[in-house]
Amino acid sequence: MRLRFTPVMAVLGFLFLYGPIASLVIYSFNESKLVTVWGGWSLKWYGELFANQQIMDAAWLSLRIAAISASVAVVLGTMMAMVLVRFRRVRGKSLMTGMVTAPLVMPDVIIGLSLLLLFVAMQGLIGWPGGRGFSTILIAHITFGMAFVAVVVQSRLSDMDDAVEEAALDLGASPARVFFDITLPMITPALIAGWLLAFTLSLDDLVIASFVSGPGASTLPMVIFSKVRLGVSPDINALASLIVLVVSIGIITAALLMRKKP
Amino acid sequence: MGETILAAEARPWREATQKPFVRIRGISKLFGDLAAVDDVSLDIYQGELFCLLGGSGCGKSTLLRMLAGFETPSKGHIEIDGQEMTGIAANLRPTNMMFQSYALFPHMSVEKNVAYGLLREGVPKTEAMARTADMLSLVKLEGFARRRPQQLSGGQQQRVALARSLIKQPKLLLLDEPLGALDKKLREETQFELIRIQEDLGVTFIVVTHDQEEAMTLSTRIGVMDRGRIVQVGEPRQIYEAPDTKFVADFIGSVNIFDGEVDAAAPDMMRVNTPEGAILCPPLPGLKAHQKVHVAVRPERIQLSRGPIKAANTLQGIVDEVAYMGNLSVYRVRLEGGRCLKVTAANGLHEENPITWDEAVHIGWSAAASTVLTK
Amino acid sequence: MSGGGKWGRRFVIAVPNIWLILFFMLPFLVVLKISLSEPRIAIPPYAPLWDWVDGALRFNINFENYAYMWEDSLYINAYLSSLKIAAISTLLALFIGYPMAYYIARSPEPRRSILLLLVVLPFWTSFLLRVYAWIGILKTKGVLNAVLLRAGIIDQPLIILQTDVAVYIGIVYTYLPFLILPLYANLVKLDDTLLEASHDLGASRISSFFRITLPLSMPGIIAGSMLVFIPVIGEFVIPALLGGPDTLMIGSVLWDEYFKNRDWPVASAVAMVMLVVMIIPIMILRSAQNKGAEI
Repeated sequence: MRLRFTPVMAVLGFLFLYGPIASLVIYSFNESKLVTVWGGWSLKWYGELFANQQIMDAAWLSLRIAAISASVAVVLGTMMAMVLVRFRRVRGKSLMTGMVTAPLVMPDVIIGLSLLLLFVAMQGLIGWPGGRGFSTILIAHITFGMAFVAVVVQSRLSDMDDAVEEAALDLGASPARVFFDITLPMITPALIAGWLLAFTLSLDDLVIASFVSGPGASTLPMVIFSKVRLGVSPDINALASLIVLVVSIGIITAALLMRKKP
Repeated sequence: MGETILAAEARPWREATQKPFVRIRGISKLFGDLAAVDDVSLDIYQGELFCLLGGSGCGKSTLLRMLAGFETPSKGHIEIDGQEMTGIAANLRPTNMMFQSYALFPHMSVEKNVAYGLLREGVPKTEAMARTADMLSLVKLEGFARRRPQQLSGGQQQRVALARSLIKQPKLLLLDEPLGALDKKLREETQFELIRIQEDLGVTFIVVTHDQEEAMTLSTRIGVMDRGRIVQVGEPRQIYEAPDTKFVADFIGSVNIFDGEVDAAAPDMMRVNTPEGAILCPPLPGLKAHQKVHVAVRPERIQLSRGPIKAANTLQGIVDEVAYMGNLSVYRVRLEGGRCLKVTAANGLHEENPITWDEAVHIGWSAAASTVLTK
Repeated sequence: MSGGGKWGRRFVIAVPNIWLILFFMLPFLVVLKISLSEPRIAIPPYAPLWDWVDGALRFNINFENYAYMWEDSLYINAYLSSLKIAAISTLLALFIGYPMAYYIARSPEPRRSILLLLVVLPFWTSFLLRVYAWIGILKTKGVLNAVLLRAGIIDQPLIILQTDVAVYIGIVYTYLPFLILPLYANLVKLDDTLLEASHDLGASRISSFFRITLPLSMPGIIAGSMLVFIPVIGEFVIPALLGGPDTLMIGSVLWDEYFKNRDWPVASAVAMVMLVVMIIPIMILRSAQNKGAEI
């Protein structure tokens, strides 16, 4: 059989994408701490992971921040998308588009530094925020989360036939009623996708959180980073494997659910 | 309620004393510098089935959307049933609209789609459901109440959209290309269905369409639009037989146009000189000698024969092309000057030796078959 | 939507915009301001930009932080090195990502959806952990060296970790999905009949690719490349974990300036210059996305 270029490249590409993940999962079950030595199958590192109070605290903090920031981001991002796609006669739309797409490509170090400097300046001027930690990380994550949500919802709204909303308006529904009766149910998949995106990005953010966080508030990525900077640490392998497991189950379930629907 | 008098029979537009139901006065819509609708005034009467006919981008849909309240006019006024519409939002207008894409709510059943308008009006649920059931039977969809729109065929979806737009018994129903998404055969059947429903309910319909045959079949009157303006309003027969302009003559049906200038006019006859020769036409008052005019002749008004024809206007030529259409044949006849004319002739049963390619033929038409157009 | 709920409408416009102005636009003004301030050892560690002296407003604008960046070759080298690393890794990612996107776009359903899912899936797992995974693979006593040594391909372990090579691998690996997705979205829209027409007119498969597919997929290539190139310029995590002492990237410089040197004005100046550096690639991205929307 003649080997064709693109399928071969595709196979190699997917190996490249999944090899490291597979190695993380495999080594999370390695009894030995050394990567080169296979000490036999073991769940030891999972035990250590759950016994590590620092990681558990950080994970709980990160999950709370991610859930709250994603939820607020969905509300704000959806409002922004509605303004950009559905509202007519709004001045400054191109400026708004710029504001909402810039966080998508802006390097984390810049967002982190600029928000931190803002918080410091605000504290000097109005005494708020009193300290840095949970609330400042939350604000930072809401800000970039809403940008991602806005983009996802915006593309869904533009694909949607706006005559459907006009039809409801025509049948006597008020604009607010149209939004809740028609628009919202139709963009629900985009809202879920946007929420998951904002949640994941929040859970994953190291750089911005490092800038805007204060003493005592360490998110999961911050703890992971300080640990892995010193080298491989097998309980982090165990954590990574758990994340891969959760994500895979989630994505596959979502894919199966989507397929069932016509 | 009194007895419904059909507008199609009463023809209220012929009497100056009749009060129009919809008055459109000097309405314009600008998108940037472009006038999508340009100073349109129109009166539409109770019970009419009025068609706005024109090509794409002629402004007909924009005009309809201004009636529905989705677009705000840049200039002018709309009055519906004596009520000024300026400043009234779409959800508060006494109109309903049937959308070209149907715009059915994909996440609601057929029943809920149709009942939506009633429920928004505050009609109690049991009554709303009963009226929905009646409406579904009117459009012959009794068994489909619980289905989702996506599970229906195009024709069924079209009827759901119609039922939904009629359920609130609007004073005025606006239909944007209501049959546009159906295939030809279904479209023809549905045309008559639409007329039946319109006559049953006595609702005034304004239909936007680009299909001139559809407009002819459906309407009490047609408003032909071109580049944002209404170029002619009239009954279908009037539009076809007596077009006001070259554009209308050309847009409605097929036509041969001769450009020429007025030569001499007698009380009962007028002569127009064209590159193809002089054409005799019925006289048109107010024309001066040497004025540039067009003469329009419909292909089916032209006789075609191998031998000479006795008619006011006769020409000779050679058959360039024949298209057999079943009930009739369309001939392209090349005149001596090189110009081609379209001529249609009905096909008889088992016609022996029909006229065919490259035959020398005579053509002719009466003076009454020529229409003189100044624009 | 018109009429009704005028206040509701204003509320919906105002809330997200006020949020973004407050927490996205305003911070940049603060950065700009601090980049023009004089550093000093205090809390906060910079001098006010203006103050009242004898009842008169006095401005203390200075460009010394920018001048300092110009004089110290570290900063210019860091910018140049970031641009170089971003450019090379974008090209590498394109080389791997284009065939993948092409293959996925040409696959029949349901394989296409599954492959696309496989491209997106790693993105949903932790970025940090995926970069971390490469430490275990690339280090001197890591998986890669173990495999290569056992296979007898090499007899000395390769030193990859803490070099620029590791940084390239890490960047290509983490940013590959960002390149594949816009490319796929472009390639999947490519009409098959165009290629059939090209074949029919006598072009070979390869010539059809270079004359039809490649030019038509240009907006996707540019958009995908810029989605890699732009964020990589400011990348911090990958050089921090995989790079060595010689790996110079502007994101790390900014991080150190803030966290190690506590020099906020210089960190701000570094950020402002980084923004300027990114303007051109962002504008290229914008125009590519607009073009992509037209097709």
